[in-house]
Amino acid sequence: MTTITQVPRAGEAIPGPPRSRTWGRRTTPSLVKFLVLLAFVVFFLIPIYVLLVTSFKPLSEADPSRAWSLPTAWTAEGWRAAWTSLSPALWNSVKLAVPGAIISSLLGSMNGFVLSKWRFPGADAIYMLFLFGMFIPYQAVMIPLVQLMTRAHLIGGIPGLTLAHIVFGIPICTLIFRNYYATIPSELVEAARVDGAGMLRTYRSVVLPNSWPAFAVTLIWQFTSMWNDFLFAVFLTGPTSWPATVALNNIAGSMVVPYSQQMAAALLASLPTLLVYLLLGRFFMRGLMAGALKG
Amino acid sequence: MPRPAALPSERRLRTSTPRGVPAVDGRHPPLGPPRRRRPLRRLRIWGPGLLLVSPSILAIGVFVYGLIGWNVKVAMSSWHTVISPQRFVGLENLTKLWGEERWTNAVQHAVLFTVVFVVGAMLLGWVLALLLDKGIRGEGGFRSIYLFPMAVSFIATGIAWRWLMNPAPGDRASGLNLLFNNIGLGFLDNDWWQNPTWGMGAMAIPAVWQMSGYVMALFLAGLRGVPEELREAARVDGCSEWQVYRKVVIPQLRPVTLAALIILGHISLKVFDLIVAISGKQIITDVPAVYMWQMVFDAHDFAKGAAIATYMLLAVAVLIVPYLIYTVRTERRGT
Repeated sequence: MTTITQVPRAGEAIPGPPRSRTWGRRTTPSLVKFLVLLAFVVFFLIPIYVLLVTSFKPLSEADPSRAWSLPTAWTAEGWRAAWTSLSPALWNSVKLAVPGAIISSLLGSMNGFVLSKWRFPGADAIYMLFLFGMFIPYQAVMIPLVQLMTRAHLIGGIPGLTLAHIVFGIPICTLIFRNYYATIPSELVEAARVDGAGMLRTYRSVVLPNSWPAFAVTLIWQFTSMWNDFLFAVFLTGPTSWPATVALNNIAGSMVVPYSQQMAAALLASLPTLLVYLLLGRFFMRGLMAGALKG
Repeated sequence: MPRPAALPSERRLRTSTPRGVPAVDGRHPPLGPPRRRRPLRRLRIWGPGLLLVSPSILAIGVFVYGLIGWNVKVAMSSWHTVISPQRFVGLENLTKLWGEERWTNAVQHAVLFTVVFVVGAMLLGWVLALLLDKGIRGEGGFRSIYLFPMAVSFIATGIAWRWLMNPAPGDRASGLNLLFNNIGLGFLDNDWWQNPTWGMGAMAIPAVWQMSGYVMALFLAGLRGVPEELREAARVDGCSEWQVYRKVVIPQLRPVTLAALIILGHISLKVFDLIVAISGKQIITDVPAVYMWQMVFDAHDFAKGAAIATYMLLAVAVLIVPYLIYTVRTERRGT
């Protein structure tokens, strides 16, 4: 049984190719492989090309026949318009995703610690019940959730949306931290215990200082999924509290908004998560791998 | 990926727990004479842990299981308009759906989408992993490019692909159709997601674009986890490279394949944002999630919306519950 979920304490999420390969036995010549890989690069980059090129086109070049060519007169008009219409929603997304990611990571860390190092009877059953919450289609809780939020006067605002994201983010954060803490030697925890440290003390002084790699993973993962969520947002927020995804969908769904503005808005709304991916891709990868549970 | 080296040593450490000190994880009691401890003492050991997790247990209990139960109750009620009474009607809403053309169509759409998406993403991800497996110049760059769509929202993906899959014919052709015509691949020109029969297959293309890098990453980690000694041993025994692959590598990849299938499957059954971004609420691309959304928002038929949501939950549960049980069991066996 391979375990692909352990958050490695150092190094890459995917190991590099083994060094002692029998190179002579390769069946596919490298050049062909390289070209095929390049062809796939084109497939993966086409949508980005389209978004970029279209976003810089003036209205006069909106003709479909020129769809694939570069703009002859580059203009940032689309970007300016997109920024004007999207910036409140972007700010809402920040207010949602930053605290949301921090709080759900903290909860995940405490749960992960207890479920791996300070277990109580039935801990495995609780863990399994948590995990199921990670996979459910959120539609299955949405109608009662809206009722509940309405009663708690949290409907139509960012705090309610954040609360929902935190609760439904607990399972994945618990999973990541539990698997990560499993790699911390139990001896460390036991030593603290023998020295008379209570649970909280052990957690704070032994476990927490060793946790930053797992925090990096859950923070990035939660930030990305909260930023990109549409389903919760569309049910729980209103026009003044729409996060970027809902606002973006409304901009794109409108017939009167020019393509350049739509495309610029799509890029603008994706920029924060893309930046996180580019700068911290290593941790992002580990979050992805953790999502696969145990392989 | 082979189990990190920390684990075996951890197991060794556990058995060498000093006597009299309770094993912290509760699974491996220390060796020695059986402990006779009063329940209160034991509670004092694991009680704080339970206390620390209890806010989360409460939250998950209420928000996941409580609301699921409540949703089922709504699904079995007569709450068909905002003001209608919520009488208990049993399974009526759940059975009546199957007599509805819109519902059966939505289910068929979801099935077609799932098949194309899962098969497409698995194949593409697997091919990419195979191509990258033995190491190639610029591997990191390739991997980053194949994976970046994961960081983008389905809404943004949908906006780009709606433009690419524009079905307008003739002079108004744009997007991929225009590209195909310009580079002499005019036979590929098609009406994409607006095709009444295969439209949902086209709808799956952006999803494949977004998720196949993930499958690649999973397979790549899996492939690299197959010990080189195993392959070498098979080669020594006279296996061809293809036989090594089929007899040694593929069986080792079974767990990764299962994980990838489960992940893709449950994403697919829940597909919502992508469809909303590409086609909105059009009947031609209707799926249960969009149908449910419309029932709640436009029709205010909460009972029907809840019934659809219940079916979505059942579909995912059938897939996930056995997988979760299997996962936790194998973990407990400690293999």
